[in-house]
Amino acid sequence: MKLSELKSGKPAIVNQIQSSQAKEALAKRLAAMGIIPDKPIQVLRKAWFGGPLHIRVGSITEIAIRRQEAKMVEVRYL
Amino acid sequence: MTCHSSNPTVSKSDRLKRIVLVGMPNTGKSTFFNRLTGAAAAVGNWPGMTVNFLQAQITIDGQLTELVDLPGIYDLNGFSDDEQVVRDFLEKFPLDLVIVVLNASQIDRQISLALQIRALGLPGVIILNMADEAEKYGVVINTDELSQRLGAPVVLISAKYGKGYSHAYQKIAWGLREQQQSYQIENLEACLVDCGNVTPEQMQSTLAGVVTIPQNIKTNLTTRLDRLLLDPILGLPLFFLGMFIVFWIIWNVGLPAQGLTGELTDWLQKVIIEPILQFFPEIVQNFFIEGIWNGLATVVGFVPLIVLFFILMAVLEDSGYLSRSAYLMDALMARLGLDGRSFVMQMMGFGCNVPALMGTRVMRSQALRLLTMLIIPFSLCSARLQVFVFIITAVFAGGNGAIVLFSLYLLSFAAAIATAALFQGVFKNDEPFVLELPPYRFPTWKQVIVRGWGEVKHFLTRASGFITFGCIAVWAVTNLPLGATGLDTIGGQMGQFLAPVMAPLGIDPYLTLALIFGFVAKEVVVGSLAVIYGLNSLAVGQHIAETVTFAQGYSFCIFCLLYTPCLTTVATLLNESKSWKFTLFSLAFSLALAWIASFCFYQTALLLGFS
Repeated sequence: MKLSELKSGKPAIVNQIQSSQAKEALAKRLAAMGIIPDKPIQVLRKAWFGGPLHIRVGSITEIAIRRQEAKMVEVRYL
Repeated sequence: MTCHSSNPTVSKSDRLKRIVLVGMPNTGKSTFFNRLTGAAAAVGNWPGMTVNFLQAQITIDGQLTELVDLPGIYDLNGFSDDEQVVRDFLEKFPLDLVIVVLNASQIDRQISLALQIRALGLPGVIILNMADEAEKYGVVINTDELSQRLGAPVVLISAKYGKGYSHAYQKIAWGLREQQQSYQIENLEACLVDCGNVTPEQMQSTLAGVVTIPQNIKTNLTTRLDRLLLDPILGLPLFFLGMFIVFWIIWNVGLPAQGLTGELTDWLQKVIIEPILQFFPEIVQNFFIEGIWNGLATVVGFVPLIVLFFILMAVLEDSGYLSRSAYLMDALMARLGLDGRSFVMQMMGFGCNVPALMGTRVMRSQALRLLTMLIIPFSLCSARLQVFVFIITAVFAGGNGAIVLFSLYLLSFAAAIATAALFQGVFKNDEPFVLELPPYRFPTWKQVIVRGWGEVKHFLTRASGFITFGCIAVWAVTNLPLGATGLDTIGGQMGQFLAPVMAPLGIDPYLTLALIFGFVAKEVVVGSLAVIYGLNSLAVGQHIAETVTFAQGYSFCIFCLLYTPCLTTVATLLNESKSWKFTLFSLAFSLALAWIASFCFYQTALLLGFS
């Protein structure tokens, strides 16, 4: 499933980032932010009106990411 | 493991040894830089580079050394503007040592940057900052072992509280002593293709056994505060409340302080400048006071506002709330091609446009920054407010003044939103919105004050020349030819010349001349009316009430709100964008918008039978 579909508060694991040529820059940034295969990931909350997601990667890094961009990250529930 | 194609040009020269600081955003890199350099830092220009860096010359080990703070980056291979800048710098300028600043508690992902520097064969010292936070999270790092694995010194510090600082200093001095040569990688891009990709396995094997990070962190202050401040329902109201408080402080502390400096410069003018100048001919007196001194006084008047603004900025930014405001406002702002930080800057612009423009530096995407800088000058700042209050009192009899003023605030927002919507395709922000939300931190007084002082210094050195020049130019236009007043001056003639353009807006040559004065500063408009009409300020109000209809008055207000911002704002726009083209575009666009808006309003009013 996609990160954007994850329920708030449910711990999950990163499968992979779906990257294409056009999205290479974003994929690199996400990796540098710590979103790499087998990392624990969790949606802490979602902003209203289709706003961004507040996620935690690993145990410490917290990130705000738009839903559109969260669609690139494939995850599975723990 | 060093990259084979990496071929650092090694040279020995007589120039100063150069240390560069690299690190990810939110690692306290700048705090560490400030610790190292004290007050010595200044903004430096580098040939062929599009951005300025903070730099300083400090003595390390008895040797004068140059220290350069490069922009925060996530990845040397990355695509952002800042990442390109850092690559360009490493390619163009030789260096002797790289200090890599990492956030100790996020070492599991940030180690990639240290590995990239090592792969390039550059000599490094690894600073693990925010040791205090890492300790609270329960992160344990064996620095000796890590240092062995990386082949570079690793030091745990807390730059904020100065812990571990002397140890770091020793390691840097040691690193410099070890390096007898300078490094410059001319084929950097090729090297990075070869060896710049750090795999997760490499990172894991580097850290295995030397770093322990707990699986689950306990509920702490940050998680508790976020539950409240990022609440889907309460989050936005709390954000607006916070904005209101910031606005209130600028209004009630900053503006009176600006008034005080104004009184101080007035006093200096009366007590020192005027007595000295009385021995000179009147034209010289006039030129010196209205031109040069007025320019200097204008610049000085902004100092307290800028200090205050950046104290507030430092609190907002260093506490971690600024990134959260971006999260909160994103749903609305993304549609305009902006983000929540643009909104914060625009709100601050309602106090004064100048520091708000300087504050856009927190946005790292150039397109996003330019778009934000394009809309900030439409914020109805306190100086424009003075003009509006004066005109509204004169022209709108009865109790409708508040509604009229409110409508101008709405117009200010509308102009900003329309501009952003119109130009979001031109200044296309293609940087992804993935923003780190750092834990809440209390900024120290030292951090806050260093920031405020640094910004003032920057502003004074960059803006004072431009502003004084502008004041002299406006003085010339409004005082020459000699002995002329009002409409007989060059400016007055310009006003008359422009009459065919301004008449459809209901703005007569007298008011046009006032707008020319207003180019220096909007506060000047009211005072200039007295000079233009040759009346005292009380009589000016009456005179305007008799000669200007309410439609004309409102049209004048619309024009005054939207047309070219004050000279200081223009100077700041130029400094921050570093582009004459952008600055001129912004000026031309706001003039055009002002004309169109006033035209539409005035002609509609005439059609509806108001005159």
